[in-house]
Amino acid sequence: MTQRSTLSHLDWLEAEAIHIMREVAGQCSNPVLLFSGGKDSICMLRLAEKAFRPGKFPFPLMHIDTGHNYKEVVAFRDKRAAELGERLIVRSVEDSMARGTVVLKHEGESRNKHQSVTLLEAIEEFGFDACIGGARRDEEKARAKERIFSFRDEFGQWDPKNQRPELWSLYNARSHKGENIRAFPISNWTEMDVWQYIEREGLELPSIYFAHKRPIVMRQGSIVPVNVPLVGGGVANPSKDGEEIIDLQVRFRTVGDISCTAPVESDADDVSKIVFETATTTITERGATRLDDQTSDASMEQRKKEGYF
Amino acid sequence: MSAHQVEDHGLLRFLTCGSVDDGKSTLIGRLLFDTKTILADTLSAIAKTSEKRGMGAVDLSLLTDGLQAEREQGITIDVAYRYFSTGTRKYIIADAPGHEQYTRNMVTAASTANLAIILIDARKGMLTQTRRHSKLAALVGIPHLIVAINKMDLADYSQETYERIKGEYLEFAAKVGIEDIRFIPLSALNGDMIVDRGDNLNWYEGPTLLEMLEVAPAAHTEHTEKFRFPVQYVCRPQDSANPDLHDYRGFMGRIESGRIKVGDAVTVLPSGRESTVKAVQLGGVDISEAFCEQSITLLLADEIDTSRGDMIVKSSEVPAAVKQIEATVCWMAEAPMDRARTYLIRHTTRDSKAKLAAIDHRLDVNTLEKVPAEKLAMNDIAQVTFKLAQPLFADPYLENRGTGAFIIIDESNNNTVGAGMIL
Repeated sequence: MTQRSTLSHLDWLEAEAIHIMREVAGQCSNPVLLFSGGKDSICMLRLAEKAFRPGKFPFPLMHIDTGHNYKEVVAFRDKRAAELGERLIVRSVEDSMARGTVVLKHEGESRNKHQSVTLLEAIEEFGFDACIGGARRDEEKARAKERIFSFRDEFGQWDPKNQRPELWSLYNARSHKGENIRAFPISNWTEMDVWQYIEREGLELPSIYFAHKRPIVMRQGSIVPVNVPLVGGGVANPSKDGEEIIDLQVRFRTVGDISCTAPVESDADDVSKIVFETATTTITERGATRLDDQTSDASMEQRKKEGYF
Repeated sequence: MSAHQVEDHGLLRFLTCGSVDDGKSTLIGRLLFDTKTILADTLSAIAKTSEKRGMGAVDLSLLTDGLQAEREQGITIDVAYRYFSTGTRKYIIADAPGHEQYTRNMVTAASTANLAIILIDARKGMLTQTRRHSKLAALVGIPHLIVAINKMDLADYSQETYERIKGEYLEFAAKVGIEDIRFIPLSALNGDMIVDRGDNLNWYEGPTLLEMLEVAPAAHTEHTEKFRFPVQYVCRPQDSANPDLHDYRGFMGRIESGRIKVGDAVTVLPSGRESTVKAVQLGGVDISEAFCEQSITLLLADEIDTSRGDMIVKSSEVPAAVKQIEATVCWMAEAPMDRARTYLIRHTTRDSKAKLAAIDHRLDVNTLEKVPAEKLAMNDIAQVTFKLAQPLFADPYLENRGTGAFIIIDESNNNTVGAGMIL
């Protein structure tokens, strides 16, 4: 065995992610980085800094806002983009609803899956040929089989049985007009890697990732945050008559549309405590906190086929 | 570094070869389960499915069936990536289906792996597919093999059976030219010799499977390899508010092999212009030296026109510029290779149009014989010669995976249709 310098696992993952981002920049003419203000996309911004500074990012940031996002996260999103001096595009599901391209089944339906429509509209509006996203393969079974550079047809559809072979670190980001590529630089990261990276890099996060008290109710065994104030006024998830509202110490492991992200009970109020909790938890990230993936065994695959990232 | 992270032995990527019948999915499930990677909700989900399918025990193989079609058909269709960590090391498993029609998937999975586990069913011994998987692993340049003789529980945990299969394999391996091979008897079903030793294989005194993985070299050994730095992207922040940056010209890329430090004499290809390294930066910070697999930025002492697709190398070890390559190719598309057409070859960050000049022979992956061939169909592996429109700066694949590998792209639909390894 020859002795050689070996990168630590975080250094290796970081080097791979930087390489992937630079490939997008080198191969695509008009890419965009999807930034939600969540922990994975916060790591993505640090990776983009490491990939492209002292230059500017060769892509704008974009958030598809369901209008039902935690206001702490929205504020963080805007602040972070401003600190970096990078352009942030926000496109809203509510605008798609106003246009009539998104029709909710009923007023309370989760807007999460409807993000796909708004995303595809934004891709068309700006002519993006690649979207860089923070999805990870350990999050979900269908994602475990998706390429790092994932081809989507004109309708944004993913065809799991007809994916481009992906070998070595030779990525194929070619597409014809109207089609596009979704690139996932942190495909090979786990939830634990993300938290370790946040800790190592000292990255700032929205406050709701840390233990805090908030009113919740229990619905079918899940913790559901209620009466969440919205940026545009009003509240999301209003409590129902007769429900017992508890003031519980919780934190979010994953952050998205309010209607489908649930917090976990936790006392972890700093990153190192979260790293420890992540190492000892007995429930998966999405299992604990994503109310939308539990509908069926294949619900993520189904959403991706329809253009979800 | 956090307090709970005592040591970091980097990251090991490995591949598991075999079919469901060999217990491959069970082995992966067992590794994930015994390293506590599988969490309660996942376990309860697969327990539910096992029950629905009328199985007595929890079927750990269900963990690796990712797609709807796979679950419906009960087979693995595509490469899946799985992750686990032992606290000292992170692992990425590439799980490739075993059937013959999926040669391309195995080649894909193998392309990023440093180690392969070849599974053999102790009751069946060496099969055609064992030979095929081993040959493919060797072809794709995987430096370390573990031959896992599984289902020992169904072979009375017989040492004699284990030794017989091991002997057969060694005889075969000598012919194929595989060097670093380790053997281990297992029962993935019961968990013997995976993470825990169990009580049934006491005659075996070697390390468990996980112990083998923990000490396997984390990356292929590039210690003596030449410095190869394909330029991915050029950073020129001329319009920055900071006047110091107006002359900044950073060449960004990932080191494919070797190492580089400030002051080294380098040559930029294809221009052949020479300069010295003025700065090495990682994440915008100056470092004195960088090595293989790091994504860095290089600044040169002289202003040299350089763009994506160029390669920076040490002036003392310049690779050949080739306009014709001989390579082993695995064809991956439904449509056979069309000899009359021009394809695009992507090698490092460089593209070139390519035309097939000759098919020297096809390799029968079952018999390992060279057979004459007129065409290349999906899953075929062949030795071919390409003529190139642009020169490539290449090394033989077995010396350097990074600069010896290429993919073939069909420009009509932009699909990746083949993978090549330069001889």
